[in-house]
Order: sequence, then C-alpha cells, then structure tokens
Amino acid sequence: MKRRLILFLMILVLVDGVAAQQSGVLEIFSWWAGDEGPALEALIALYNRHYPGVEIINATVTGGAGVNFRAVLKTRMLGGNPPDSFQVHAGQELIGTWVIANRMQDLTWLYEEEGWFDVFPQALIDQLSYAGGIYAVPVNIHRAGVMWYIPAHLDSWGISLPTSLDEFYAVCTRLQSLGIIPLVLGEAWTVIHLWDQVALSVLGADGYEALWQGDLSPSGSEMIAVWDTFGRVLDCTNINQNAAGLSWQQATDLLVAGDAAFNVMGDWVAGYLSTTLRLSPGEDYGWADFPGTADIFTWLSDTFGLPVGAPNEAAAIAWLRLLGSLEGQNTFNPLKGSIPARADAVSAAPELYNVYLQYTAGEWASARLIGSMMHGVVANERFIGDFNQVLDIYIQSRSSTGAAAAMEAVCIQAGACGF
Amino acid sequence: MRNRRDRFIALLMLMPTFILLGIFVYFFLGKTIYYSTTDWGENPAQPALSETVIRQNVGLENYQNLMTDVIQAMFRNSLTNMFFFFVFFVIGSIGLGLLLTLILDQKIVGEAFFRTIFLSPMALSFVVTGTIWRWLLQPDGGLNYLPTVFGLEPFHFNWLNSQEVWLQFTWDKVPLYLTFVGFALFALLAVRRALRQDWRSLGFIVSLAVIVILIFISGLWNYIWLPLDVVQVESSIAPKGFNAALVGIIIAAIWQMSGYVMAILTAGLRGIPEDLREAAQVDGCSSLRVYTHIILPQLRPFVISTIIILGHISLKVFDLVFAMSGPDNARTVMPGILVYTKGFRQNSFAQASAIATIVLLLVVIIIVPYLYMQLRDHD
Repeated sequence: MKRRLILFLMILVLVDGVAAQQSGVLEIFSWWAGDEGPALEALIALYNRHYPGVEIINATVTGGAGVNFRAVLKTRMLGGNPPDSFQVHAGQELIGTWVIANRMQDLTWLYEEEGWFDVFPQALIDQLSYAGGIYAVPVNIHRAGVMWYIPAHLDSWGISLPTSLDEFYAVCTRLQSLGIIPLVLGEAWTVIHLWDQVALSVLGADGYEALWQGDLSPSGSEMIAVWDTFGRVLDCTNINQNAAGLSWQQATDLLVAGDAAFNVMGDWVAGYLSTTLRLSPGEDYGWADFPGTADIFTWLSDTFGLPVGAPNEAAAIAWLRLLGSLEGQNTFNPLKGSIPARADAVSAAPELYNVYLQYTAGEWASARLIGSMMHGVVANERFIGDFNQVLDIYIQSRSSTGAAAAMEAVCIQAGACGF
Repeated sequence: MRNRRDRFIALLMLMPTFILLGIFVYFFLGKTIYYSTTDWGENPAQPALSETVIRQNVGLENYQNLMTDVIQAMFRNSLTNMFFFFVFFVIGSIGLGLLLTLILDQKIVGEAFFRTIFLSPMALSFVVTGTIWRWLLQPDGGLNYLPTVFGLEPFHFNWLNSQEVWLQFTWDKVPLYLTFVGFALFALLAVRRALRQDWRSLGFIVSLAVIVILIFISGLWNYIWLPLDVVQVESSIAPKGFNAALVGIIIAAIWQMSGYVMAILTAGLRGIPEDLREAAQVDGCSSLRVYTHIILPQLRPFVISTIIILGHISLKVFDLVFAMSGPDNARTVMPGILVYTKGFRQNSFAQASAIATIVLLLVVIIIVPYLYMQLRDHD
C-alpha cells in the first residue's frame, strides 16, 4: 500500500516536471476583465499564435476601484509567490511600491535589444526608470482629465464651451439656474481626479511638476489658491447630493440624459460612449481641455514588468517583447480604447483608430506631457490613499489653509512631493 | 490506567485543532499586534514591500496617531459609524426578530411557510444582500418609489450618500459620556444588590463606581481617549454624530439577520414548558401578562446570546458596507474597510494592524463578560 502510494507520487512528480519543460505556463496578472477583457484576450491570442507551446493563465482581479487587485497581488508578492508578469501603472505606483522594494528586474537590456529608446517618449521612459534601470514595458496611454460634454445639449441650453475658469463659473451659474448639474462627480476617486485638473489649471504645468519634485511647498500660498479654486469648482458639482454613490459610468449617463453638462474624466469615457452607448465621437459627444489646461496632456500608462522570482522568465520576457512591439500595441489599443505608447504605432495603421483616438495620438505627440497624480504617476500609493482624507478634510471644513497643511503632513508621512 | 489512556486519546484528538488554531488564529493575532507596534509602512526609507524591510518598534505611536492625527480623521469617523451601526443593528434585529417570533407563536395559518420566508435572507451572503439593497436604495430606485405604488409622493432620501448628521455629539466629551454611562450602570446594579440586601457585592460595586469617578476627575481618561488638538480644522472634521448615510446599510443588515434572531428565539420559545403558561392562565393571567411575565423572562438568555452574536458581527462588518458603498465613502466607512485599504492599497501595514487590534479589543470587551457568565452558569 505504502509502496504504491510512493510510486504514484513519483509518477506524478515526473509527469509534472516533463509537462513544465515542454510547454510552460505563463501567468498574466491584471485587473482587465469585463469591458476591458477583449483587448487583453486579443493580446493573449496573438501570443499563443507566436508561442503555441505556452499555456497562458489569465488571472484577473477586479472590483473595489483597484483595491482588490492590489490586495491579492501584494499578498502573493509578500508570500514569495509572484506571477510571471503583472499590470501596474507607470510612475510611482511602479517605482514607489515595487522597484524600491527590489521586487522588479531591470529591463534596460530588453529596451536596447528591441530599440524601444527610439519609439517611447522620454517623459514616459523617465517614469519607468529608477537609479539607472528601466523596470516595465508600457502597453498603452490613457489621457486623464478630459472634459466631456454633449454638443446638442450645450446648444439647447445656450452655452458655449468655457476655456477659462472665469468663463466656467459664468456657465456654472447659468446651468444651476436651469437646474442642471454643471459638473458631475462620482465616487471619491473621481473627486481626486478633478482636483488634479484644478491644480494644473491654477499652477500651470511647471508649477504642478514643481509640486511633486519638492520645489513648491504643499502648504504655500500657491497651493492655498489651488484649494480656493477647487472649492469654487466643487460648488458647481453634485458633491453634496448623489456623487458618492455614482460610478464614472453612471456619472456619464447623467451627461447623456441631459441632467449634467460636463464630466471631467479619463478617456475611457470615449470607449464607454462609443462602444457601450453607440454614440459617435465628435458628433454625438465632444471633448475639451479642462479650463486653463490647454496643450497639457495628463497621462497614465498601463505597463507590465518582470518580477524578481517570476516562475517562467523566458515566457514572460517573450510576453514583454510582444507588448512593446508594433503588432502587440496595435492589437491591444483599438480594442481597449486607448492609444499606443509607441509614437510610431498609430501612423503605421491609422485605419484602426477612431476620430477621438487619432486626435489623442496627435496630442500625445505634441502636447506637454504631465503624469496623473490620481493614477499613481507622480505620487506614491501611500500618498494617494491619504489624499482621500485631505479631500474629506477640505469638504468638511472648507478651509484652504487646513487642507494645505494636511496635504503637507501627508506628503511628509508618505515621502511624496519631494520629501 | 484506563483513565490515563482515555485522556491521552482525548488529547491526541484535540491536537490538530489546537495546532491549527494556534498557528492560524493565535500566532497571526500575535503577529498583527506586534506589527501594530512597529513602523512598517510608516518609514519612507524602508519600502514596505521589500523582502528585507526593517521594522522598528515605535510602541503605541500608531495608536496615538489614529486617535489624534488630523490625517486619521477617517478612522475616528469609522469608530463612530461602527458604534451607531452596532446599536441600531442589534436593537433593530432583535426587535424585529422578537416581533416575528411572537407573531408566529399565535398559531397562524402557514406558520412553517412564513418561518422559511423570514429565515431565507440568512442564507444569502452579505455581499449578495449588499448588492441587492444598493440597487433598491438608489436615489431613483426601489425604496424611494415604493410610496408611488399607493399613489403617494416618492421619497427623496439619499439612502447611501446623505451628508446629514443626526444625534450630534462632541468627540472630546466622549469620556464624560462614558463616565456617565458607567456610573448609571453601577448605580443600577447597586440598587438591585441593595434590594437583595447583598451588602458585600454592594460595597464592591460602589468602590468600582468611585474608581470610575476618580479616573474622570484625575484626567486619566486623557491617556485612553486622547483629546484632539482644537485648531480650526480639527473641530470641523471630528466625528459629529450618526451619519444618515448609514441608515440604508442598517436596514439591509436588519433585513438579513432578523430572521436568524427569529430562529433562535423560536427555539427558545419551544423550550418553555407548556405547563408554565397553563399555570399562569389558570391563575388568571391575561395573555399579554403571560408574555411579559413568563415568556420574555424565559427568553432572556437567548436574547443575550443573540446580542453577543450580532454585536460581534456588527463590529467586524466589512463585506456589507463594501458591497453597498464601496471602499472610499467617507460617510459609511468602517474600521474593517480601513484595515483593507490602508494595508493593501497604501502599504500602511502597521496602521492597518493597529486598527485591527483596536477592533479585536472591542470584540473582546463584548465577548469576555459573556463567556465569563456562561462559564459561571455551568459551574
């Protein structure tokens, strides 16, 4: 009995070992499911065509505004069980959490081999680099802080597109007298998202960058002005009504229904309006820069890296090569509703991209590129989590000096804003 | 000889449980408490997720920060939310559960059918309950439109996002409130002991009451309940009272658990000997007095058990709130949710551990007197 059991176990181990040699398993860990699932699946199908021997495990964790994904990923990493490659936002979310903890492998050699230094913009590569190494491969670019609207609705209310904050306040007063929400907000993170644009509008691109690099005091007079302005903009929103219960999709629905005029949100809204609601870009819905942020492109980028101790390194490196390739980027992005991180991808196959994406690709090439705080580019995860609290302090107290002081405290505790 | 063998076998049989509980409950409990006294995630020079992270002991600093730091206002808000959730959820569930029990006790037609209906929500998980009720409680959704079925105006209450605050209180005066409550409790006990002429217990209780008063007068409370530094911001962000946004969550929780209370109380009711009721009726009790003087006192141990069970559920609540209002709703935030977001989203593992430890302590405060009572009754 015992001997048979041992024999059985030996066979099991043997078979297992042979199987691993022949095919290999590649585990891709991401939060892309549902609406975003097809884009990832297309990429996986492409990978399987190139490497039919590799079996891909598409591990996704969704929900809870990203916190569920992070909980599972961090538990696995702390437990010494990393996936072969995982999704992470470029910037501090990658550097501040994983790279400084020595959990990622340097990919500079891969960039050299693939010639990626010539095709990815320097501003993007900077946000993937730390102490001389490059640690992830960007697959797409999203634009945050775009102001969405329905042109037909603006016409019927008799308002034109505001290009400065003063014009915005005037439009706001007019819309409120009509009983329409001038600027619709959703759950907490969309409020931070709006704050980012207000800060950019008040500080300008240079001032905004200076803030995160430590050249501008978080509690100084410029920042107090940011909070003052933010307060005026908040008065034009639904923050005291139903905001906390709305997802960004539900907030966008209010726009389409004509209950709200503007929504400041990332360009995943374009995907939702075009694909889910079947509206045509440029005609049924329009977009503009938030007042005072013309020619600034607030970006975020989904990237994949190679964790230290990835079980199947060879297959993971092949995956990264595919992600950075022209073919990979042009397979993924039209379905995802984002633009490729490669500067040469859209011009290689313009027919794949709709009006909005072509416009955005043009902006990506020409506008000033600024990393989004909300999406982890310029501030680390600790900061963003506690910034929720700073926002709540402001919403409760409406004290700009109080919020600025609280923000400085968070910067110091989190080691962000150059501290 | 035989006796020793028996005990050995018994010990052997219990061993797996001891070992598993020891590792997966008590060891990790100890680790959590240990982490709560370190700076894991608080020191920017030590990346929280590094394999070689150095955790320095900082004593009770994390706890002090949670109670006083401006940035941790969310935690104090969550404590307040938890308290009100605990009170209204327990009262509501037991009240409704008792009502259902008494109705079903009237030998109505289809009793078994109704019992199953009332009990069925318990079969759902809190996540399912939360999702269903989130839909029902949307500003334009189910519950608000209910009155229109009867031709009335719809409600306009913002069940999950209301910014209103009811039952307002002052955070820094909580020690005073607690002292009053403690004093009133001791006074009640003292009167009861005095009526029974139990002078020794009376002396004990009175000295406890004196200690409570001394703690208050000497200002010792300030070491337990740290006062907020009153600057202009602090006073406006300190917890102010019962957030109206919790009402929806409390309704959903009561909907789910009152059937469970009914089940326990029905079991208790079945255990009351029929001759007790009959004897009371023979003595000329009205049916109302049968309930108030026979049934309810007999049900007391069952009610206390359900209070304990519901109480610790409400302190640990996470899934229901997470499903209904997400991780970032400042009006409905609970300590359990903060443990999750602080730990796994922002890598503040030490702070998350400290919050978890505080919740553990509160649960212990509820459970230990109960266990003590149970053990004493068995002896």
